[in-house]
Amino acid sequence: MSSSRIATRFAELKAQNRRGLVTFITAGDPDPATFEAILAGLPAAGADVLEIGMPFTDPMADGPAIQASSLRALSNGQTLTRTLAQVAAFRQTDQTTPIVLMGYYNPILARGVPTFLAEARAAGVDGLIIVDLPPEHDDELNLPARAAGLDFIRLATPTTDTVRLPTVLSNTSGFVYYVAIAGITGTRSADTDTVAKAVGRLRAGTDLPIAVGFGIRTPEQVAAITRHADAAVVGSAIVERIAAKLDGAGRATPGLVEHVLGFVKTLASGVRG
Amino acid sequence: MSLANSFRTGPDARGFFGDFGGRFVAETLMPLVLEVERAYTAAKADPSFQAELDYYLAHYVGRPSPLWYAERLTQHLGGAKIYFKRDELNHTGAHKINNCMGQILLARRMGKRRIIAETGAGQHGVATATVAALFGLPCVVYMGETDMERQKPNVFRMRLLGAEVRPARSGRRTLKDAMNEALRDWVAHVDDTFYIIGTVAGPHPYPAMVRDFQSVIGTELREQMHRAEGRLPDTLVAAIGGGSNAMGLFHPFLDDPDVKMIGVEAGGHGLDTGEHCASLTGGRPGVLHGNRTYLLQDDDGQIIEGHSISAGLDYPGIGPEHAWLHDLKRVEYVAVTDKQALDAFQLCARTEGILPALEPSHALAEVTKRAPNLPKDHLLVMNLCGRGDKDIFAVAEHLGVSL
Repeated sequence: MSSSRIATRFAELKAQNRRGLVTFITAGDPDPATFEAILAGLPAAGADVLEIGMPFTDPMADGPAIQASSLRALSNGQTLTRTLAQVAAFRQTDQTTPIVLMGYYNPILARGVPTFLAEARAAGVDGLIIVDLPPEHDDELNLPARAAGLDFIRLATPTTDTVRLPTVLSNTSGFVYYVAIAGITGTRSADTDTVAKAVGRLRAGTDLPIAVGFGIRTPEQVAAITRHADAAVVGSAIVERIAAKLDGAGRATPGLVEHVLGFVKTLASGVRG
Repeated sequence: MSLANSFRTGPDARGFFGDFGGRFVAETLMPLVLEVERAYTAAKADPSFQAELDYYLAHYVGRPSPLWYAERLTQHLGGAKIYFKRDELNHTGAHKINNCMGQILLARRMGKRRIIAETGAGQHGVATATVAALFGLPCVVYMGETDMERQKPNVFRMRLLGAEVRPARSGRRTLKDAMNEALRDWVAHVDDTFYIIGTVAGPHPYPAMVRDFQSVIGTELREQMHRAEGRLPDTLVAAIGGGSNAMGLFHPFLDDPDVKMIGVEAGGHGLDTGEHCASLTGGRPGVLHGNRTYLLQDDDGQIIEGHSISAGLDYPGIGPEHAWLHDLKRVEYVAVTDKQALDAFQLCARTEGILPALEPSHALAEVTKRAPNLPKDHLLVMNLCGRGDKDIFAVAEHLGVSL
């Protein structure tokens, strides 16, 4: 059953006595073929869980790097249909690496929730992170997604206080994503001690694995964060490597895929010693 | 009218007007949004809060705004008796300050030390910068780069008032993008910052709170019309971008079934061109900026950039309460084009000696279509929600005049 890929992967990591690396890239960035090549190469480069952004015109929780990646993908004609087809293609050759789709609610709503869930499940998607659906709106997508066998991964943040935490940890599955800073992606970094305390607080409320993201950019930060968390999420720093290898017209230049995967390899050294 | 039949009881506890509204925000913001709701609920129940607001509205903003019988325009159109509710005479020249004053008093009650806002035409930005200056709070206003170009006088005005104006450089660089940037700022400054949203949109409680602060417009009108004509008005007309001036005009009359209401959206170059901002007449329901409402979007749920000659109407969504009133057919929503609004702007200047903002010029264009076909005892009120000084450069350009 595909929804257990996330649980299986975290169990494997535990058995190997190491922590995980979650990588984020935006679907269709900078163009379909380059995205597909990066995606295919990520597991071998050391990514344990693949987070794929579903591009949206108005990514309110994202900083400049991921905003730009979304717009690059959209300007090259990326659609939700194509994103799901690309996941299905990836699944032809990789049956084990978990895939989590991250994004905003409106494109899913436009598709129709039941249709989207059926298609995502059939394509081999394992979990969803939807930024603008707090627990107050669990009836919209969270409950239907879990009924359809997809994990719904909740974001906990520095503003989630002890009163609210049980609400946030309810109806969540797969793993819990702790947002290390009050802010948008790719901007500031949190200090490790603060994150350690927050992870401790979360562990008291859940047995699920805990991944930490926002502001993690280097192998050293990956190593430091995963002394406390089960996994570290890196997004903007990878997406910036893609942007750095585009020509003046925004087209991929030769060596882009290798450049990005090489960076992911160095990040993975943070969890692979 | 029983509560069950009332149009004035919304939203529900989760912030919904029927299917519309809600609190579709990131978890980081959720505790803040709940805090604003708690604080606003407490303030509403505290007579000293309303008394303080009334003081500033009377002595600083200049309320009540006059109800003006537009006699020459009435004669010119030869039908309904036309009144203007003159919210352009408020301090800062638009209705926006009614809401800003309410929200900044709430921010002070909450102990917030920093103010942020988004702005399209700049009227809300100017009003926010004004109240921030009045209370000595630092203020950052996000404005689309395109709008900064279209509305240079207001950018300068905000800076004179001590606000920092930060350009939003994504998308078409208009109001939607400014709102994205303001939300990003809020997420990054959760401890000390109050976000003064300028329209009846965003996560609950903003749509209801902004409506409440703007309802002073309709509440005054009820009393003024009673004094002038001894009865209720027959038709209310207001322009709609996000819809705050219209909500403020309509809300006190929603349960008066004989009062007809018309919301006028920006038809841009025409609904059939795709270059417009008419979310209700040209969009469908979706989720953006914290609420479910009608949005301009493509088949894939990507938001489409609207177009309007008026930067204040240039928004791909609309307040959720309007979406609800639209589906219930309590309010009629129509669209007028840039060209029709420009014609109305000039007509108003010459018949009434008032330069209206381009936003209410849209409402006036609808008035010019309807009034001639209505009887002379039909009382038609248009919300003249802003003055047009800020728009003279844009109007000159469209008329081919170089200043």
